[in-house]
Amino acid sequence: MRTVVPAAVAGRWQAGDAWLAGGTYLFSEPQRHLRRLRDLAGEDWPPVTATPRGLDIAATCTIAELARSAAAHPTALRDLIQKCCEAFLASFKIWNTATVGGNLCTALPAGPMISLGAALDGTCLLLTAEGDRRELAVADFVTGEGTTALVPGEFLRSMTLPAATLRSPSAFRRGSLFVGGRSAALLVGRTDPAEGSFVLTVTASTVRPVQLRFDALPTAETLRQAVTDGIPAERYVDDVHGLPRWRRHLTLLFAEQIRAELAGRSAR
Amino acid sequence: MTTGEIEVDGTACHQAPRPGQCLRTYLREHGRFGVKKGCDAGDCGACTVHVDGEPVHSCVYPAVRARGRRVTTIGGLATPDGLHPVQQRFLDAQGFQCGFCTAGFIMTAAALDEHQLDALPQALKGNLCRCTGYRAIEDAVRGDRHVHEPASGAAVGVNVPAPAGREVVTGTARYTFDVDVPGLLHLKVLRSPHPHARILAVDATAALALPGVHAVLTHADAPDRLYSTAQHEHPSDDPADTRLLDDVVRHVGQRVAAVVADTEAAAEEGCRRVVVRYEVLPAVVDPEEAMAPGAPLLHVDKGAEAGIARAADNVVGEIHAEVGDVDAGLAAADLVHRQTFRTQRVQHASLETHGALAWVDDDGRVTVRSSTQTPFLTRRALCRLFDLPPDRVRVLTGRVGGGFGGKQEMLVEDLVVLAALRTGRPVKLEHTRAEQFTATTTRHPFTVEVTAGAQRDGTLTGIRLRVVSNTGAYGNHGPGVLFHGCHESLSVYRCPNKRVDGYAVYTNTVPAGAFRGYGLGQVSFAVESVLDELARRLDIDPVALRARNVVRPGERLVPPAGHDDDLTVGSYGLDQCLDVVAAAGRDAGPPAPPGWLTGHGMALSMIATAPPGGHHADAQVTLLPDGLFEVAVGTAEFGNGSTTVHQQLAAQTLATTPDRIAIRQSDTDLVGHDTGAFGSTGTIVAGTAVLRACQELRDRLLAFASAHTGVPVAQCRLDADALDCAGHRLPLPDLWELAHSAGARTAADGHCGGTPRSVAFNTHWFRVAVDPDTGAIRILRSVHAADAGTVVNPMQCRGQVEGGVAQAIGAALYEEVRVDAGGTVTTAAFRQYHLPTLADIPRTEVHFARTLDAVGPLGAKSMSESPFNPVAAALANALRDATGVRFTDLPLTADRVWLALHERRSAPEIT
Repeated sequence: MRTVVPAAVAGRWQAGDAWLAGGTYLFSEPQRHLRRLRDLAGEDWPPVTATPRGLDIAATCTIAELARSAAAHPTALRDLIQKCCEAFLASFKIWNTATVGGNLCTALPAGPMISLGAALDGTCLLLTAEGDRRELAVADFVTGEGTTALVPGEFLRSMTLPAATLRSPSAFRRGSLFVGGRSAALLVGRTDPAEGSFVLTVTASTVRPVQLRFDALPTAETLRQAVTDGIPAERYVDDVHGLPRWRRHLTLLFAEQIRAELAGRSAR
Repeated sequence: MTTGEIEVDGTACHQAPRPGQCLRTYLREHGRFGVKKGCDAGDCGACTVHVDGEPVHSCVYPAVRARGRRVTTIGGLATPDGLHPVQQRFLDAQGFQCGFCTAGFIMTAAALDEHQLDALPQALKGNLCRCTGYRAIEDAVRGDRHVHEPASGAAVGVNVPAPAGREVVTGTARYTFDVDVPGLLHLKVLRSPHPHARILAVDATAALALPGVHAVLTHADAPDRLYSTAQHEHPSDDPADTRLLDDVVRHVGQRVAAVVADTEAAAEEGCRRVVVRYEVLPAVVDPEEAMAPGAPLLHVDKGAEAGIARAADNVVGEIHAEVGDVDAGLAAADLVHRQTFRTQRVQHASLETHGALAWVDDDGRVTVRSSTQTPFLTRRALCRLFDLPPDRVRVLTGRVGGGFGGKQEMLVEDLVVLAALRTGRPVKLEHTRAEQFTATTTRHPFTVEVTAGAQRDGTLTGIRLRVVSNTGAYGNHGPGVLFHGCHESLSVYRCPNKRVDGYAVYTNTVPAGAFRGYGLGQVSFAVESVLDELARRLDIDPVALRARNVVRPGERLVPPAGHDDDLTVGSYGLDQCLDVVAAAGRDAGPPAPPGWLTGHGMALSMIATAPPGGHHADAQVTLLPDGLFEVAVGTAEFGNGSTTVHQQLAAQTLATTPDRIAIRQSDTDLVGHDTGAFGSTGTIVAGTAVLRACQELRDRLLAFASAHTGVPVAQCRLDADALDCAGHRLPLPDLWELAHSAGARTAADGHCGGTPRSVAFNTHWFRVAVDPDTGAIRILRSVHAADAGTVVNPMQCRGQVEGGVAQAIGAALYEEVRVDAGGTVTTAAFRQYHLPTLADIPRTEVHFARTLDAVGPLGAKSMSESPFNPVAAALANALRDATGVRFTDLPLTADRVWLALHERRSAPEIT
């Protein structure tokens, strides 16, 4: 590692460059291929901004800032943000440094900010130093275990949670080998109160987010079939954090629990 | 970017951080040694500091980000008025053992708000402790006080605090690397990417051309001498199969070359530039395959002098022994049960990694400061390796940040000494956490097939073991762990017919070594599981089945092989320990979540209070001119609490208070010899040496005072600060002066040879709940009973039990060093290798049997390794009770438990 330069003056993207946000990943293991860090801290992006479009969460917003901001939000959103923050394997101390953008860009299956963004049909805003910009869904931003849609020189500016989903009722389930451990399956189900539609977002158990959409809350059998058909065996993660067969089981188990919970709520 | 200087503990630091530098390294470079390096990855929390008042893990905090900010380390937490309240609480509750994690816990706890204090398992999940089992830490955070100050001469049986407590809680305790050595060079190791290969050529040209690189060491530089990294009193206990740097590598991660440079970064870059040409050789990673004909052979190049049992079959050590007639015994049984059990590789995971510094004095004497459990044996090994006389090498330790057997090895000292001799400069090697996983040692993985038979009333008629241990690429501790594992696990039972066939086998994997329990935990898991199965199938209470078969007071201990006449039951508390778990089983206990299955189970274990074949300790106690006493011992303190025990034994004998006893330790310049801090000997062997030295000094002082005053010895006695001769008081400073003038010696020596030996007993009981939907296991209640003889320090001994139980819960439920088919360790960080956190460990109720041992000092027995040993079987037995499934393979992670329940069948039983 030769230099850390403010992103604003870093100029052209060079081989060996990387974007630095919180640094909790970059500094957690050797980065022999890197020569220069383009530091986003000096950009001073406001962490969380409410706009008519929804909620803009800056890539540099720390997990601690996001968790603190949750109190101001509607109950459903507040609870979901809180649960996703608590889904981190890392402790609250890491929250003070780690960022929402860093979690998205690291693109681990268990990244809980990916779960949050995907579950609410969030979008990612990607920029380049040259001013190019594009948007894509959070669920599409993560392309695989540790891979994203980012191309060299491009950085994640923010994640927007659309206004339409912020008040949607949701149900959350998470499984891990250990209490407070890394997520082995993290599922969020959300209903649209106006349309009655239902979307199930599967993360952590699968190599990248999977979303299953229904016009109305499905029956248990329909949902089970949809999960079975929609997630082939090879999409389940196989690593030290849980056997693939168990992850598939948890996914089916949680999907049904979420369906039942939301059905119970709408019946009331 | 924020600009400006970094304020550290109220002082401005002007030096700009390096671009890729983390805050922890920056702080340590500025002398803030209280900030510890435990993992390098943000997982363990030992490096916790506050930045502008917020707690962060400084190892993943970019140092450049701290510019313009205020950093508080453990060193800046106390005020001139005194300790921070959290520091005081950690002292009052003694919320530490080795103390390496303590600063991080204190910095974290000091930043918790009310809400977080109510949810400690979540709040402290970013802090790992390997020693305590967390109960003492939780008590400290909550403000419970456990320490007591004893009266003069009444220190034994009292919760005396550890003498180093204040240094530990203020971050001023000096561990191995907490020293500033001018001119220090850094050593990094280039490691093998192959499980088995011959090194054809090493080209160091490019590395040597790098600025700052001083030397590149390869097998051409290493003494052509074979040794074992394992350290025992008798070097012949371990095969001499290792070279400092070899021209054949036998596991992924083995040393290939070492680069010595001005900075760690330069040394690392140097490693990347060393060009090595390998001839890749066939490799084998499974021990059964390694014993099969035609398998690649690891050490067939060695001669008989290496002490390898059958190098042509990859068998480093074996045991084939029988007492009675097992076939006849099993034939006479009403029920025979046979099953195979497997235990996995486990890492010691002491929070302080391995490492050492070495330097050569102006007169050529070598000094090594190392994180070791065996300074004297390491000195001996270095002397043999480098042809140096003992007085030319000094090995010492700072405070050692945990060991658990992992530091009963010479894994770094040989290399730093070679580098220091070669460069003439001080040299340091500090392992990374990844190197701990890939290139030190693990617990031996065992496969144990048990066949046991019993009569209808539960009387055992025969028991047979076939044991295969995977010792990895080198045989350090391989034979010893195998033999010990098959000893007390069987000799605790009076069954007349016992047979063992055991093999310790080389494979092309990371070596296994000494680990808390030394084989007993692995074999006991199998034996105690099978006895539980017999009891269930005979419809006999498992405790009653044990009670019927265990050895009784006064009986000989009969293992299948290796009976030692010096091993006796010096005190017998096993009956009391069994009563405790029986009573626990009668209690319904706390409720389980709805829908979960519940069950309970127990297991027992026995352990010799010292290793066989002699274990030596020298001690010296001196009356100082100021009237205080100084005790010198060779054994190392790594959180086991032996220092406190030695202080208590001395205070008891010299009729004074512990604060008047200073302890100096673990330095080969201090005493003649010490075999080391392993085999549970800190209290039993080193403690006996201290006791004998103190008794000798007491008698000597009394005799001198009697002669001086004319008062008969019987009327003379020591008290806190004086020697009283029938009312004529001689204050100790005056006594020293008198003795000094008279030319009388005010010091005395004590020695213990570690024989005869006694046995300690442990039982454990769990009630568990299991979620059939997810496989999650929750421990509802945990009860442990221990026969430690006289409990010298109840608070500390309880801590040893809790720590052992917690480490064993980790090994039973969570932890596994995984090695892939190519021999590569794939779990090289704490985020892949789950150490238990506070959330994972229940509070264990600890009960002590009341016995007085005939062998140990003042009736004490060992209690450091043994609490580990019954835990895995007790958990598996409780799980069997809850689910009806017999689990045979560790660890019992939720995914595997669910899968077994899902498939609703036990591992195949051989009948």
